[in-house]
Amino acid sequence: MTSQAPGKGIGARLLRKEDARHLHGRAGFVGDISMPGLMEVAFLRSPLAHARIRRIGIPPELAGQVFTAADFGTAVKPIRTPNSTPGYKLSDFPALATGKVRMVGEPVAMCISPTRAEAEDLCQQVTLELEELPVVVDALRARQPDSALVHEEFGDNLFVTTVTDVRFEECAAGAEVVVRREFDLARVAMVPMEGKGALAWWDEGADQLVVCTSTQIPHPVRGGLATCLGMDESRIRVIAPDVGGGFGFKSMLQPEEVCLAWLALTRRHPVRWTEDVREHLLAAAKAREHHTVVTVHADRRGRILALDVEFTADIGAYSAWPVSAALEIVQARSNFPGAYVIPGYRCRTYAVATNKPPVKPYRGVARPGICLAMELTLDAVAHAVGREPAEVKLENLVPAAAMPYKSVTGMLYDSGDYPRCLGTAIEKIGLSQWRARQRAGEPDGRLVGVGFLTYIETTALGAARWAAMGIAVVPGPERATLRLGADASLEIRVGVKSHGQSLETTLAQIAHEILGIDPADISVVHGDTGITPYSIGTINSRSITMAGGAVSRTSQALAERIQRIGAHLLGCAPGEARLAGGAVQGPGAAVPIREIAQAWHARPQDLPPDIGGPELTEGYTSQVDSGAVGYGTHAVAVAVDPETGAVEILDYVVVEDCGTVVNPMVVDGQIVGGTAQGIGMALYEEMPYDIFGQPLASTLGDYLLPGAAEVPRIRIYHMEIPSPYTAHGIKGCGEGGALGAPGAIVGAINDALRPLGAELNATPATPRRILDAIRHSREGAKR
Amino acid sequence: MKPAAFHYVRPADTGAAVAALAAAGEARLLAGGQTLGPMLNLRLARPSLLVDIARIEALRRIERRASTLVIGACVTHAALEDRADSSPTGRLLAHVASGIAYRAIRNFGTIGGSLAHADPAADWITAMMLLDARLRIAGASGERSVPMVEFMKGAFTTDIGPAELLAGIEVEELSPQSSWGYYRVCRKVGEFPDAVGAVILDPERSMARVVVGALDGAPVQLPALAESVAAQGAGAAGLEAVSAAVAQAAPGLDPVELQTHAVAVRRAILQAVGK
Repeated sequence: MTSQAPGKGIGARLLRKEDARHLHGRAGFVGDISMPGLMEVAFLRSPLAHARIRRIGIPPELAGQVFTAADFGTAVKPIRTPNSTPGYKLSDFPALATGKVRMVGEPVAMCISPTRAEAEDLCQQVTLELEELPVVVDALRARQPDSALVHEEFGDNLFVTTVTDVRFEECAAGAEVVVRREFDLARVAMVPMEGKGALAWWDEGADQLVVCTSTQIPHPVRGGLATCLGMDESRIRVIAPDVGGGFGFKSMLQPEEVCLAWLALTRRHPVRWTEDVREHLLAAAKAREHHTVVTVHADRRGRILALDVEFTADIGAYSAWPVSAALEIVQARSNFPGAYVIPGYRCRTYAVATNKPPVKPYRGVARPGICLAMELTLDAVAHAVGREPAEVKLENLVPAAAMPYKSVTGMLYDSGDYPRCLGTAIEKIGLSQWRARQRAGEPDGRLVGVGFLTYIETTALGAARWAAMGIAVVPGPERATLRLGADASLEIRVGVKSHGQSLETTLAQIAHEILGIDPADISVVHGDTGITPYSIGTINSRSITMAGGAVSRTSQALAERIQRIGAHLLGCAPGEARLAGGAVQGPGAAVPIREIAQAWHARPQDLPPDIGGPELTEGYTSQVDSGAVGYGTHAVAVAVDPETGAVEILDYVVVEDCGTVVNPMVVDGQIVGGTAQGIGMALYEEMPYDIFGQPLASTLGDYLLPGAAEVPRIRIYHMEIPSPYTAHGIKGCGEGGALGAPGAIVGAINDALRPLGAELNATPATPRRILDAIRHSREGAKR
Repeated sequence: MKPAAFHYVRPADTGAAVAALAAAGEARLLAGGQTLGPMLNLRLARPSLLVDIARIEALRRIERRASTLVIGACVTHAALEDRADSSPTGRLLAHVASGIAYRAIRNFGTIGGSLAHADPAADWITAMMLLDARLRIAGASGERSVPMVEFMKGAFTTDIGPAELLAGIEVEELSPQSSWGYYRVCRKVGEFPDAVGAVILDPERSMARVVVGALDGAPVQLPALAESVAAQGAGAAGLEAVSAAVAQAAPGLDPVELQTHAVAVRRAILQAVGK
């Protein structure tokens, strides 16, 4: 067990420890749990986008089975999400609607029954009398002073606005070329394989409320529940069991979680709610939906002198806790320059309230949209100066010699070689061959095009960065608890929540790197506030950097103790002993960890004095608080059928740098998965609403997701430039795939359409949008 | 998203199924359940009784009677996809079947269920219009036969009465020299098509047929276009000519829909003439 396991540490292509239970269907999600007396919950949801609640009619025979906000009394406070950005307005998100409903799908009442079908039967017996109010659907319209109001007390529909100006006029003055574009990014759903779900009960033995919920952030959810329910945190335990994907959707406290917790508190029997796909599409939080106006001021070679941005985010009716309604715009403001040198910068942002579900930080948060806007505008700049877009982009990237680089918005880019990244992508996709093929034309009449997008991925941001975004819950030192067993097995306890990131494998690889214990003998415990140290959770591509750093630091501390015991057993000075290959090596002999572990647990008389226990917790922060900044380039070649508007991806290259790679297969999985979601945004996914705020996609028949047939083979190339500031030089990699794909694909489509004079500046690039763009350009040419 | 309560019967034969339909208030037939299942879960359909006919053996057969192929209503898409029949008719049926949704759905979904549901974007209604199929409808007083052109009355509306069921489909086999084209414009694998063009050229039987499908209602034939394609081949299938024919036969399409349907028809014609 303590023998050295070569090739299983950092950098190894180790098969995942999680695979067996998932591939055999033996994992335990919220929906898999059975408990005696468990009742299922169905929510009655608002059919209208904006209305005053006149009456909720509950048949008297359903008493005790149907609950509304009136039943809460003063026991449940609404979810309130502060943000310290000046001018930010608070919007209370009630667990069950109170007074008004502000979106279709807002929970109004909950019904409990032994089965979900019967609970849904109960919902249908409840009558809602609603008085319709004017609906706010379009964010640009909502910004107008005469718009109807989502929150009357706001006086307008703006959660918050920001204005940034860094030497803009001064830098823009010298511009020879000015290019302006307007972009519309569709609202999308996040659609994890497992929807949201929660199961709550009162644990009489522990005198605790237990909320078992499908979440990425069990510790913050505990704090949020405590606030809403007016309880001490110590009386609440939050457990995230197996979680089937989150992508940001499960990074907030949901009203339904508060409702289930209240039911368990008051009813004292277990209750469960399982979100179904229809609820997810209609009622659950959404993402994206930006309107962005970008103006680039450049010199005659296309070098950017100044960037002017107006960014409007449709945030929906409420603020997501804890990230707040400001996250989308404050991130857009600071990240817009991306990988490029921007001397002068002006940015106005608007976080707008509408009668739609709230926007949450979906994989990449604002960045997929701002990357798309930036790259497509740079394509237009290149054409305005008559140059190859890829070359213009190359010249505008932050050069490697400038690292570490402070951006115009004050962000610190820690390391890397952005031009080499794009250059490699240009070479790997074969840009010159595609240009030759474009000149020759396609035998089938289709048009081919190539698109490039270079992104930065601001991962593992620290407390100062989060605080600067005004967010109330910020990450502190990340902790890991390590417990060496008598059999020399290792248990790692972390407060992050692996919900598809393979942390049970990669954290074991990091511990193995230091301690030499075989990953097969290392278990990772995560997602349970009762038994893991506090963490803000698995968000912002931070877990491998931060929890990995914590595991690394704690492993080193444990290794020191192991070495001390080993030296003591070997009878040598501590300085003469060294942990290597799963044993402590002394000058003449070695003692395996297993023997040390046994002595530690069972033979205290053999231990050196004051050695401490075989369990310890250490905290870790990176050397800088500004995050580990990964980056990458997506290069895409597409063929567009100008008669049908169909798009086929012919080749897809990703070149990326997430610093030291802990497990290449896991990183590749992150890239492919993120790219698949980016392909969805680029070509398929869209949650439209009619003028009454009714969602027009309520099943996966209407809301198209890319499937296996729509995701091509993605050719991935890694550059491994370690971060100078993090343990082992690791940078996060969870969001890059989703950041790169939309803009690269739409850019490639525009490249293909260029001979027709057509240009698309909206997502998704549906056949209809493409055919409309072609038609409008033809009609424009005729006029 | 769980169904409301319903009763369920699994009759042994067609007669018993018809009797069960006649006896119940709001009965629905259940065949493959690939559409009805989700509709029940969404509570868009709330029948008091489900009459499960999927295992009635007589409805699951494919028989050849002289030059007529008789396909039982409960034959699955997968069964038609997998059939070893290299005749033009066999290949056409297999091609159409293979394009429907995903294999998991094709394993359960039935040709009769698809026709009886009459979703305008479904493939079988267009394919059967193309093949000029006759549909056998069973009721209390026996079976009657209806040509495809009279079967579908509009979107999700057919000639099947409340106490009747679709028992089978009769297709006249194409001659060995015939050729066909079938082109769907589709957002992604597994989706319903946005437009379908379908063409048969069977000079032996002096027959040429062009159908445009995935409209607001039933698919429509384009006889004049079919005639000129039979006479002049691909030369008659310029996009403008096809577009004009589609616009006339299916008024009310917006410019994008018209273009998409015209392209589907034109590409089906080019497939059929072998270009």
